Amino acid sequence: MNTEEMTMTSVPVGTWALDPVHSNVSFEVSYLVGTFRGQFRDIDGRLVVDSNGRAILEGSARVASVDVKDEQLAGHLQTPDFFDAERFPEIQFRAEGIDVNSGQIRAQGEITIKGTTKPVEITGTLTPPAPDAFGNERIGAVLTATIDRQDFGVSWNAPLPTGDMALADEVTINAELFFTKAD
Amino acid sequence: MKIVGVSGSLRRDSYNTRLLEAAAELLPEDVEFELLDGLKAVPPYDEDDDLEPAPEAVARLREALAGADAVLFATPEYNSSIPGVLKNAIDWASRPLMTNPLRFKPVGVAGASSGAFGAVWAQEELRKVLGALGARVVEGTVPVGHAPTRFDENGRLIDEDVREQLSALVKALLAAVEERRETSPPEPVAA
Repeated sequence: MNTEEMTMTSVPVGTWALDPVHSNVSFEVSYLVGTFRGQFRDIDGRLVVDSNGRAILEGSARVASVDVKDEQLAGHLQTPDFFDAERFPEIQFRAEGIDVNSGQIRAQGEITIKGTTKPVEITGTLTPPAPDAFGNERIGAVLTATIDRQDFGVSWNAPLPTGDMALADEVTINAELFFTKAD
Repeated sequence: MKIVGVSGSLRRDSYNTRLLEAAAELLPEDVEFELLDGLKAVPPYDEDDDLEPAPEAVARLREALAGADAVLFATPEYNSSIPGVLKNAIDWASRPLMTNPLRFKPVGVAGASSGAFGAVWAQEELRKVLGALGARVVEGTVPVGHAPTRFDENGRLIDEDVREQLSALVKALLAAVEERRETSPPEPVAA
């Protein structure tokens, strides 16, 4: 297998299942004087590439699995002020047609948060196939996308004495994904 | 379906209580309405007292809210905010946060004041508080300014504009209850 060529030109053909244990989907947003981060523990996804090289990447995250360092805050994030886990239990992502150039990924996809679907551009890197200790073939992807949470009605905020708002609207989503070849 | 009304005013002839009574008359016949009383008996919140069994007035409060499909609040405005007695009751009801009876429950907010602004800041404050504990706060405010002029000597609402706004809020509340029933969660969200 010519690994170098694969990183240069395309996503490797096959169905690649997400390894949800080692993968990580997180978000970061400016808050007050720094960056606040959280993640979704319960995630799923797959990458399907047909013999023509057409790739489809899909993934989802359970809103109720939102994980931050304070249980009360995690509870608030699930409510209608933020993600509204009762009505919209899942965040979904899908991209068809993924450009790979020298291991760099670029794709136009759609993300659905709180019932609203918007186009989103993802960029990142693809790690070429490599065998793991159990004889499975794996690839990795590190992806990032930026969204405006107001576009999805995730609109909670708190005014500061200065008149500014405590929480920024721009949110960066980071995904560090491990895939195992399924067939 | 059952709607519970919570008035932020304890006063016997409270305009906010009258507002809730006017809202009750706008409900369809098959919707039960209960006006919550007993806020005066709820002790000041103290985590040391927040034990099982809860103080009797708190247990009654939590039970009443838990039994409601939706809750309609009417608040006066004290010093640009909600009355302490209302905030205190909500604080008790909100504990523990992840299983509190208002979590994901549709709630509506109205307010009356004798001044010109109709408790708009109190309503905004109450919406914030209810959102923070996880309630589904429906859109729409009912700011009833110059409240003494909106009710007759028997305490009945006589202002048709206010009744219209109240009707819109009640409809939004009922719609939120129906929507919640139709999209029941596939799994419990209160982890």
